[in-house]
Amino acid sequence: MLPPAEAESGSGVYNAKLGMWVFLASEVMFFTALIGSYIILRFGNPEQWAQPGQVLNVPVTAVNTFLLICSSVTMVKAFAAAQHGDQRWLRIWLLATTFIGASFVGVQAYEYLQLAHHGFLPSGYREGHELAEAAAQGGAFKGGPALPASVALYGATFFTMTGFHGFHVTMGVICMSFVTWRAFRGAYSAADHRGVEVIGLYWHFVDLVWIILFTIVYLI
Amino acid sequence: MTQAKSHRPNYIGIFVMLALLTLVELGVAFLTVFSKPVLILLLIGLAVWKALLVALYFMHLRFETNRVRILVIAPLPLAVIMVMAVITEYVW
Repeated sequence: MLPPAEAESGSGVYNAKLGMWVFLASEVMFFTALIGSYIILRFGNPEQWAQPGQVLNVPVTAVNTFLLICSSVTMVKAFAAAQHGDQRWLRIWLLATTFIGASFVGVQAYEYLQLAHHGFLPSGYREGHELAEAAAQGGAFKGGPALPASVALYGATFFTMTGFHGFHVTMGVICMSFVTWRAFRGAYSAADHRGVEVIGLYWHFVDLVWIILFTIVYLI
Repeated sequence: MTQAKSHRPNYIGIFVMLALLTLVELGVAFLTVFSKPVLILLLIGLAVWKALLVALYFMHLRFETNRVRILVIAPLPLAVIMVMAVITEYVW
């Protein structure tokens, strides 16, 4: 029996890439739902939000933002190396991307632990802890009672948005490890490096989402 | 297979630009020069600028076929409608 004839791509791109773009389009709506909810909650309850830098550690997050930008450039360099069939640099750049991506997750875990340690949780501030005091002195809670239950929105939205993003980065690191392992086995060539391109699209999208989240959650 | 791409953006240049824009964002956010609405507009403008750089050059949208571009642009109006719809809750 003859193998089936190769189907012609109607969109002009190969299936995996088309699939990734469709997936990313759905991800746009996913993160828009989170950001939309954040906006409506913040507009409706401005007194619950602390000033930028008062509760959240902006310097640490700025470093993390820089890490993610670095990982995007190492990813795109890996893609360029794959286009040229340069196996050595493909592996080096992929390893670097995986390592920097994992570092981002590590720094985020550290940030969460620090916030929890100082009393900022998804359920709100822990009464009596220093971040609750700092936020109260800095003008948060103005016009509202300074009870932990009343400030749950800030913590809940912060941990939900950054948590889902962190989950995406974690998944990206796992997939990137797989692509890196395949690269070490010589799976990609100048003629066919689809896996590198597709994981790259996902990776840059995650970077792009962080760019928006960093501004909305940490700076505004 | 993979489309042959003759376009090679200056990736390091884009990276430097992204890093600089991040520094500008931090500066703008913590300078007490701007009023809150101006600050928000500036910060969102800078974030959109950075996001566009990533999408156009790192994700190669600038060099993609129109069909792919349409696929990418399609959810954006829906996203704007969704955010606008929830914001109107506080306008009316």
